[in-house]
Amino acid sequence: MSDQLTARVFVVGDNIDTDQIIPAQYLTLLPTVPEEYALLGSYAMIGLPEGAYPTKFITPGTQETEYVVMVAGKNFGCGSSREHAPIALGAAGVRAVVAQGYARIFFRNSVATGEVFPYESVDRLCDVLKTGDEVTLDFSNDTLTHAGTVYALKPLGEVRPVVEAGGIFAYARQTGMIPAAS
Amino acid sequence: MTLTETILARASGRARVEPGDNIWVNTDVLLTHDVCGPGTIGVFHREFGRDAKVWDREKIVIIPDHYIFTADSLSNRNVDILRDFVREQHLPYFYDVIDDPEGHWQFDAARGQLKRQYGRSFAGVCHTALPEKGHVRPGEVLFGTDSHTCMAGAFGEFATGIGNTDAGFILGTGKLLIKVPETMRFYLDGALQKGVMAKDVILHVIGEIGFDGATYRAMQWQGPGASALGMDDRMTITNMAIEAGGKNGIFAADQTTFDFVDARCAANGTKADYQPAELSRDQRFVYDQAFDLSALEPTVAMHPNPGNRALAKTLGHITLDRAYIGSCTGGKTSDFLAFAEIVRGKRVAVDTFGVPATPGVVDDLHKAQWNGRSVWQWLEEAGVQMTENASCAACLGGPVDTFGRMNKPLTCISATNRNFPGRMGHKDSKVYLASPYTVAASALAGRISDPREFL
Repeated sequence: MSDQLTARVFVVGDNIDTDQIIPAQYLTLLPTVPEEYALLGSYAMIGLPEGAYPTKFITPGTQETEYVVMVAGKNFGCGSSREHAPIALGAAGVRAVVAQGYARIFFRNSVATGEVFPYESVDRLCDVLKTGDEVTLDFSNDTLTHAGTVYALKPLGEVRPVVEAGGIFAYARQTGMIPAAS
Repeated sequence: MTLTETILARASGRARVEPGDNIWVNTDVLLTHDVCGPGTIGVFHREFGRDAKVWDREKIVIIPDHYIFTADSLSNRNVDILRDFVREQHLPYFYDVIDDPEGHWQFDAARGQLKRQYGRSFAGVCHTALPEKGHVRPGEVLFGTDSHTCMAGAFGEFATGIGNTDAGFILGTGKLLIKVPETMRFYLDGALQKGVMAKDVILHVIGEIGFDGATYRAMQWQGPGASALGMDDRMTITNMAIEAGGKNGIFAADQTTFDFVDARCAANGTKADYQPAELSRDQRFVYDQAFDLSALEPTVAMHPNPGNRALAKTLGHITLDRAYIGSCTGGKTSDFLAFAEIVRGKRVAVDTFGVPATPGVVDDLHKAQWNGRSVWQWLEEAGVQMTENASCAACLGGPVDTFGRMNKPLTCISATNRNFPGRMGHKDSKVYLASPYTVAASALAGRISDPREFL
C-alpha cells in the first residue's frame, strides 16, 4: 500500500461505544454475506445522538462515508464485543481510526479483521480537529499532518502488516504460519 | 502468579507467564450465540473450507439467546444457520429454540410476548445458561463471542469475550494468541448491609476506577467478603468486568464453587474433571485495593455510562418512565426474589418489565411459594409484565418488536449491565443501572429510590 493517506476526518469524543458505531438492531446482518456487509456499512455511526453530532457520517443516498479517517477521544469502541463495529466502519470506507485510546476488544477486532488501522494518538486530536478537516496520515513515520502541523502517532508496529494483509488469516497465510487457501 | 496467570500458563504449556507476554493458549470451551455465531461460522467456512471439521466437537457450546422472540426474519434465519452448522458438524451442545433438528424457527407474534414459545432444549441467556448446563469448570479457559463472557470468571476460570474472526480461528484450531493481562486485586472485607447487593459492589468499584479503569486487565476478587458471596453474587460482579474495560474478572474457586459446578456437571452429564487454580503467595498486582462491604450503600450508574456513579438516595429527583429487570447479570432467580421481596403486595407506578434469564429461572419463580401464591403471581399482581420467553430481550435494544425495548426517548432504571446511549433502544433514551432491590423500589415510587426505605 501507499505510505500516505490524505483524507477528510470525522471527529467524535470520548467513550464512543459499539452501540453508537453500529446499534444492536443491525446485528442481524451477516458480515460474511457481501450484500449484508455493505448494508452494515450504510448504518455505521447511526447510533450517534444527533444533538451532539449533527453531521451525517454516511453520505445521504449512498452506503459510504466521505470521511475516510475517524478521529476519536478516549476508550473508542467500548462495550459489546461485536466485530460488526470495525466491519461497519471498514464497509463504509473508513481506512483508519486515530483515537486517544481504545477498548481492548475493538482494537483486537480491528486487527483480526484487517478492516481499519487502529492508530493511537499522543495528543488529544479530537479537540484539535473538526469534522471535514483534511489530514494526511503517514504510515512510515507514524504521523498525522493537518494544516502544516505534524502530530506524532504511536507506532502501529506489528499491527500494520496484519491490517495491510487484510486480517489475521490473510497475514498468517502470507507469512506461512498456516497453509495457503486451497 | 495471579489466578489469571496461573491458568494461562497452564493453558499455554508454560511453567510461568508474565503480564505482557503474547502466548498461544488452548481453549477448553468456545461459546457462541445467534448474533455472532453465524458470522463466526462464515469465517470458519471461508478460511478453513466448506468441508472443514471443527477442532473438537465436545468443546463448542452454542446458545441462541439474543434476538429470538422477534418476528424479524433475519433474526429467525440466524437461529437456522446455527442449527444447520450443528447438524453438519454433529455438535452435542446446542440449546436450540425448537426441538425439531430439521425445523425452522419462526416466532409467532400473534401469540404475544408473554407465554413461552420454545422447546425443551432452549436454555436462555448464554452466560447464565452456561453454568446451569454444566459448561463452566474452575481452571479452564473459556472464549465467547460476547463481551459478557467474563461472567464465568465467577467459577475460577479465565473467561473473556472475542470477535467473530478470532472465534472462527478457534473453531478450526482450538487455539488463540492472547496477551497476558496485568492483574488488579479487589480485596473485599466485611458484609453487605441489608438492602445492598452484589450489583452495588460492582457499580461502586467501576465508579471508583472509572469505566475504562481496568482496560486490558484482569480483575481478581479476593478476601473474606468475596468468599462469603454465593455464586449468583459472584456472577453479577464478574459479569461487569467488561464495563470497566477489563479483559476478565475472576474469583478463586472454593467449596461454594465446587458444589455448584459438580452438581451441574453431574445433572447434565458434562465433563466433570477439572484442575482449579490455587491462590499463590507470589502474586504481583498493578493495583491492590481493599473495600469494606459494610460501608457500601445502594448505588446507581447514571446515564450515559456504567462508571457514572451516584448513591440511590441522592437521585430522588430523577423521575422514571419505566423499570426493567432481566439479563445475564440481573435476571437470575436470586435477582427476581430480591425484586419480588420489595414489590409484593404493592403496585408499580411505572411500566415495569421482567425477563428471566433462563427457562430454569421461569420454573423457579413459578415453583417458589409465598403465602400460597407463586413468586411469579406476586410479581404479576404488583403490575410487573413478566415474560416466560427468557432471552437478552431489551437489555441491548434489539429488533424494534423486542419485549421491553424503548422505542421512544424514555428514562428507565434497569438491573442490566450497560447504559451507553441507545443501549436499550432509542438513542435519546436514558438508562440508570441499579440492583434488583433499587430497581424494585424505584418502580414503586416512579422515581429513583433507596430500597432500604422499602424493606
